[in-house]
Amino acid sequence: MKKIRADLHLHTCLSPCGDNQMQPTAIIEQAKKAGLDMIGISDHNSAENVSAVMKAGKRQGLAVIPGIEITSQEEVHILGFFNTEQDLMHIQDIIYQNLPSQNDEEAFGPQLVVDEFDNVVGKNPRLLIGATNLTIEKIIEMIHQWAGLAIASHIDRQRFSLIGQLGFIPKGLKLDAVEVSTRLAAGQKYDYPVITSSDAHFLEDIGKSCTCFMIEDVSVDEIKKALHNEMGRRIIVR
Amino acid sequence: MKLTELIQKLNLSVRSAKAHLDREVTGGYASDLLSDVLANSKEGNIWITLQIHQNIVGVASMKDLAGIILVNNREPEPETLEKAESEKVPIMVSEMPTFELIGMLYSLGVVGTKQ
Repeated sequence: MKKIRADLHLHTCLSPCGDNQMQPTAIIEQAKKAGLDMIGISDHNSAENVSAVMKAGKRQGLAVIPGIEITSQEEVHILGFFNTEQDLMHIQDIIYQNLPSQNDEEAFGPQLVVDEFDNVVGKNPRLLIGATNLTIEKIIEMIHQWAGLAIASHIDRQRFSLIGQLGFIPKGLKLDAVEVSTRLAAGQKYDYPVITSSDAHFLEDIGKSCTCFMIEDVSVDEIKKALHNEMGRRIIVR
Repeated sequence: MKLTELIQKLNLSVRSAKAHLDREVTGGYASDLLSDVLANSKEGNIWITLQIHQNIVGVASMKDLAGIILVNNREPEPETLEKAESEKVPIMVSEMPTFELIGMLYSLGVVGTKQ
């Protein structure tokens, strides 16, 4: 069993609000400098840079978990993490079918698609900052359909979070965990396992907040076991 | 009705784009879901909301709204103000809650998008 320091919630230059410096090679370098063993990539409503960061991670020796941050119709952000890129692409298809309008770069920022060597290869034209027509329940259900982890984003924040938008956590949601921004907020009592991550939109924020897992290897299934305290896997609370 | 007139009659405090208040208000829209405002507000509308995040400026700019009124004395975040200045989006603050503010707007002749 190994102690794995993970920051699962990072944006790239694909997110309109993500800094343009958030490119694969730079992200991996910064994550290693921050002492992380594993990162997750979770851009808003798109996963088009996941493959590039995974390749950069492989080249530079850092585990990268494929993920996405989905906006529900209530404007609640839900993180999804998957075992494979293929599973994630199925989710991206459904999101694209349910995500209206086009981005206005002037208003919200550019949405750069890059390759593993940080070359800009295109731009995503969709309104990634927008909300999907999918309910929170539906999003969790489809993440689970593709064997993923469904985690409610930064619930300690007022904006775009489960508690910020609705005022409470609805009973019976099948979340695998909730995410908070700081260790302080992690001390609160929730009905779900709690992870902390940075939600970094800028390089210097990578690893500012992270979660330590005691797991066998780096995979979504291992994280799942740690969240549920199964077979010796666990979250190490410092 | 001009934005300047609304500001005076409703006693609004202007927080950004003070040089861009000489605009005709075509109607009003009230919602706190950004996606709803993107889908349903109309050009030249005044938008009433409690959201203070910088994305409200992006929405107002994309839909070419006349301005944003924040209710209940809610103050915009510093990044919101910065963006509002550069995009020339007027943000105003009212001490009234949404219901009262919209009632006043209606009595002044500013109506919804369906009228």
